[in-house]
Amino acid sequence: MKLTSLMLNINGEDRTVIVRPADTLLEILREKLGLTGSKPGCLNGDCGACTVMVNQRTMKSCLMLGVEGEGTEITTIEGLKGTPIQQAFVENFAFQCGYCTPGFIMNSQALIQAHPNADDEKIKEWLESNICRCTGYEEIEKAIMSVIKNPGT
Amino acid sequence: MIPFDFEYYKPKTIQESVDLFQTLTEEGKHPVFFSGGTEIITLGRINHLYTEAVIDIRDIPACKVMEFDEHYLYLGAGRSLTEIEDANYFPLLTATSKEIADHTARNKITLGGNICANIFYREAVLPLLISDSQVFIGGPEGIKAEPIMRIFDKKLQLKEGEFLIQICTERKYLGVPYVTVKKRKQGDTGYPLITVAVLKIDENINVAISGLCPFPFRSEQMETYLNNSNYSIKERIDLAVKHIPDPILSDTEGSSEYRLFVLKNTLLDCLTELERGNM
Amino acid sequence: MKTIGKSVIRKEAEDKVTGKAKYTDDKYAGDLKVLHGRLLTSPYAHARIKSVNTEEAWKVRGVRAIITGEGLPLTGEEIRDRPPIAVDKVRYHGEVVALVVADDPVIAKRAVSYINVEYDLLPVVNSPTEAVQEGAPLVHENVEEYDRDEDIHPIPRSNISNQMKIRKGNMEQGWSLSEVTIESNFSFSPSDHTAMETRCAVCEIKADGYVHIETSSQAPFMVKKLISAYFDIEVGKIVVDTPLVGGGYGGKASVFQEILAYIASKAVGGRAVKVLHSREEDMITTPCHVGLDAQIKLGATRNGKLKAARIQYLFDGGAYSDKAVHLSRAGGVDCTGPYEIEHIWCDSYAVYTNHPFASPYRGFSHSEVLFAFERAMDILAQELNMDPLHLRRINAIGPGDLTPTQVRLNRSNVGNVVECIDRVKELSKWDEGKIEEINERIIRVKGAACLWKNSTIPPDSVSGAILTFNEDGSINLISGVVEIGTGTKTVLAQMLAERLKMDIDQIHVRMKVDTQTTPEHWKTVASRGTFMAGRALLEAANDVICQLKEITATVLRSRVDDLDIGDQRVFLKEDPSIGLHFKEIAHGYTYPNGNSIGGQIIGRGNYILQRMTYLDQETGRGNPGPEWSVGAQVVEVEFDRRDYTYRVVKLYTVLDVGKVLNFMAARGQVTGAASMGLAFASRETFLFDDLGRVLNPQLRTYRPIHYKEHPEYIVEFVETPHIDAPFGARGVGEQGLLGIPAALGNGLSTAANVSLNQLPLIPELIWRTKEGK
Ligand SMILES: Cc1cc2nc3c(=O)[nH]c(=O)nc-3n(C[C@H](O)[C@H](O)[C@H](O)COP(=O)(O)OP(=O)(O)OC[C@H]3O[C@@H](n4cnc5c(N)ncnc54)[C@H](O)[C@@H]3O)c2cc1C
Ligand code: FES
Ligand code: FES
Repeated sequence: MKLTSLMLNINGEDRTVIVRPADTLLEILREKLGLTGSKPGCLNGDCGACTVMVNQRTMKSCLMLGVEGEGTEITTIEGLKGTPIQQAFVENFAFQCGYCTPGFIMNSQALIQAHPNADDEKIKEWLESNICRCTGYEEIEKAIMSVIKNPGT
Repeated sequence: MIPFDFEYYKPKTIQESVDLFQTLTEEGKHPVFFSGGTEIITLGRINHLYTEAVIDIRDIPACKVMEFDEHYLYLGAGRSLTEIEDANYFPLLTATSKEIADHTARNKITLGGNICANIFYREAVLPLLISDSQVFIGGPEGIKAEPIMRIFDKKLQLKEGEFLIQICTERKYLGVPYVTVKKRKQGDTGYPLITVAVLKIDENINVAISGLCPFPFRSEQMETYLNNSNYSIKERIDLAVKHIPDPILSDTEGSSEYRLFVLKNTLLDCLTELERGNM
Repeated sequence: MKTIGKSVIRKEAEDKVTGKAKYTDDKYAGDLKVLHGRLLTSPYAHARIKSVNTEEAWKVRGVRAIITGEGLPLTGEEIRDRPPIAVDKVRYHGEVVALVVADDPVIAKRAVSYINVEYDLLPVVNSPTEAVQEGAPLVHENVEEYDRDEDIHPIPRSNISNQMKIRKGNMEQGWSLSEVTIESNFSFSPSDHTAMETRCAVCEIKADGYVHIETSSQAPFMVKKLISAYFDIEVGKIVVDTPLVGGGYGGKASVFQEILAYIASKAVGGRAVKVLHSREEDMITTPCHVGLDAQIKLGATRNGKLKAARIQYLFDGGAYSDKAVHLSRAGGVDCTGPYEIEHIWCDSYAVYTNHPFASPYRGFSHSEVLFAFERAMDILAQELNMDPLHLRRINAIGPGDLTPTQVRLNRSNVGNVVECIDRVKELSKWDEGKIEEINERIIRVKGAACLWKNSTIPPDSVSGAILTFNEDGSINLISGVVEIGTGTKTVLAQMLAERLKMDIDQIHVRMKVDTQTTPEHWKTVASRGTFMAGRALLEAANDVICQLKEITATVLRSRVDDLDIGDQRVFLKEDPSIGLHFKEIAHGYTYPNGNSIGGQIIGRGNYILQRMTYLDQETGRGNPGPEWSVGAQVVEVEFDRRDYTYRVVKLYTVLDVGKVLNFMAARGQVTGAASMGLAFASRETFLFDDLGRVLNPQLRTYRPIHYKEHPEYIVEFVETPHIDAPFGARGVGEQGLLGIPAALGNGLSTAANVSLNQLPLIPELIWRTKEGK
């Protein structure tokens, strides 16, 4: 196996890892860095369970090589602490098994940062990137709406 | 998890990329150009693609452009679809692009990657086909510009070692009336059953379609019928669909008969909307 | 009540929103002690294996074992018909053909691609109807020779692994009383549960012979039992751990990945091996959602009283029987909707095909059977020219009536069907019309269905609970229920808080299940967690109440029956200011002089289902389960008459849940189930080619419902208590799904004015049916 050394900035910390260039960011987060909050659901870009932020933009970490992450700022669910969206997910019962939750929260958080007043259409455009099999999405909708200040303004 | 190993290169110039490709080929590494990489990663995972070296083109300045000059809009092949949507210089392209994959995936999928994809929908090419855009291609023989209608036949006809650098579109196309519709088997996400992009310029309608055949296309023959104002819209469509370039797809998204049914209705809606816009 | 009925936030909520919640694979990520098992699966649905060549694969450095099928025991929960790795032939696309164990997942995967297998294709059985035709190819040549449970009745030299009969009343009489009859066929192919966490298991065999398995399972106790039986290991030497599970919906109630992990570990001298299924494998290699071909004939009087039903269900159990037999039995038990019908004849078959094999799916064959039966009810209503909900109402089953298996219903063992119908009618403004024209293309239509469900779980299923006290007077709650997302463990904590009249924050719930230290809970399925574990828990609560009072009585020198309990204190009823806090007695009481009495308070409780019976082989007569929960659902759809596309706008559900224990959690279960039902009804199916291969084993092409594709949910609960159940609660985890496929089918059939009898209801199907293509 061909290995290379890589420096990644994750949740504000510089971390050095030895990886294959062919390793995805998701594998590196989970297997090399112990950041198992990002979940494997399909490894095919379809489910969103592995969503993280790279330079504030949402990224399916299974669709990105670790080597592409050099020089970027990566945020995973472990890097979010006490945000309103996390609280909103708890209060609105926006999960059951919780497996999709880190991905949904990362996507929601990035959305709120980019569009604090997103309208319904914008929210749909962003959140349809993730699948939740347990809920009927209603509670997730309520959670996100509760942190969007003035929808559509 | 990609079962094979590859080297990762991120050249800074076109020349460097071309040279790299050549050297790596000589070393027997089957290099591929890497843009968003989503397809290389996901097809590689299931052994539908193999390479021992990838050449990431996104650090090449020409692949990053997103700018105008007096006559043209230039879009770098390495730009992600959402970057192009957010800038929204070409509203028809934005509208077509917004229906591809999903928002998070489009943060990674690039314009060049979508157009050069193995997954045959390549929906982002539709607006470029009907706006008579030009493509810039880099390769062993230098950089060349070609009308996309000449070089895109089912897919971009690149020679070994060539890659797409950027696309330029005449400004006059950017503001014209358009309709773009993606019809799916069911629901609001996923691959198309068919996607149709239509624009109107100088009283003429240009149409390109993805999902109908195993490649996207713009057919001048079909357009001739669709523009024949001696007939009603319905009649024009009936004549036009006789000239679909290939047997219509029958697959997991839908049968060919059903695709034809959906196509006719979609064309009807598109043309009606454009005519209405005219009044 | 203080805690029951409240929307208490689930105990593991904080962990789940911070990424700290651990699922099986999370615990082993990056663990260098663990080897990795990867599968080579069959590209064909039915083929003879001519040769397997592993020579090239062995050359990959880091490969520790390559395992093929010979010499392994046959497996299967009810019929032992499945080699864990295929031998001689493969019977479905995706079947395991070889298992590679290597140091690293990449190496394992690489080695898999170097294994060469030669196949000879065999003719394929591509549907249950094909399977029962004269001369159909046999999926299993000698089904009757397999070891099996006693009450299973395969038909020799056929593809039928079990026939279940319901014979109630007299059909001749039934038809002679019928003035109107209808007959129709219904069908759908297998599909998938698609839990977001794919199945994963890690197995290690310790030096002392103990087998440790960690698995994402709904049935850790069944894993222990079956691994013991298959591999002849003392049951006490198998320890199964289950942490949080990322969704199951029945799919993780089958024992599958654990068998592979055990075989793999054994092959490498007991070292820990992980088997983590890819999404593609999780869809087709591991067990899926059953398919069905159904035939229904109904007879009724002119004024709509049902008189006779003749039913045939051919369940597409796929290549191996696993739970298909049981599914076909459950489909027979509740073979009709919730109606009183005097004369019923039903044959329910579990059928082998060359499809992926079936496990339970939320509702355990009820949404499947109800799709057929409730569609037939609408067809009958149309024939009678009668409002379909009215037809259902006048036939609704209730106390005093006899079910298909001839159980006499009473006020406790069945919910109130009529009330559910009346409420859903009112909520959906049913009487304002089923069709409303929005414009020349769009119409708004409604479709309805009723539902019922008993859970036909084995009559000797058990559940247990243990309560231990901490020094500070707080309580640890230990139950064998797996936290798969239903929030059952939080509901158990609510029950305990209610019973002990204490703050729920002082109750610590153990989320993980470990079969060595956790009392058994049969399986976390069938909406029975709350019922059985709840009963066990209440018994344990009474146990600790007794113990707390006894020690307090000694200390206070009072009588036990003069004491009461509340806010973590035991006190005199007469003067509540006199008493002891739990913390003073939870770990024994110490007198001022140092003398001590008592000890740690440990409560125990258990429960076994009461008065269930086996079903009679000839008539199906018998008591299959504790109670029937019932409900009614209405779907409101906007339908485009030109394009045949539609949008589900609203979805009304009224369920008789006996008693609401946690409102938000219950509502979430209902809307989640409804969403899954809608996905099953409107979009999800495996697509097979002529060779029986699944063409869409990825979420790219098999697309569940996404955000904002959901309708508005209107949910209401009726509360007819089930007397045996804790606080009267009935099942709620599955019911919200059960009526949806039928209700949608009914609504769209009305909209398109054509009978739609297949699933999923994609626009192309409607177009095809309507245009006669
Ligand atoms: C979740 C998901 C959903 C999808 N849904 C859709 C959809 O709805 N519609 C649709 O059209 N597509 C869809 N796709 C396919 C996707 O658009 C293509 O796979 C596309 O290739 C991805 O772009 P990329 O930039 O990641 O490409 P890459 O993976 O980088 O490259 C794709 C291919 O193009 C080649 N290539 C890339 N850049 C160049 C270049 N500049 N010059 C020459 N060759 C180049 C590569 O060598 C490779 O063969 C989906 C993909 C995903 C992951
Ligand atoms: S695991 Fe990355 S999108 Fe599913
Ligand atoms: S909570 Fe289970 S998948 Fe979303």
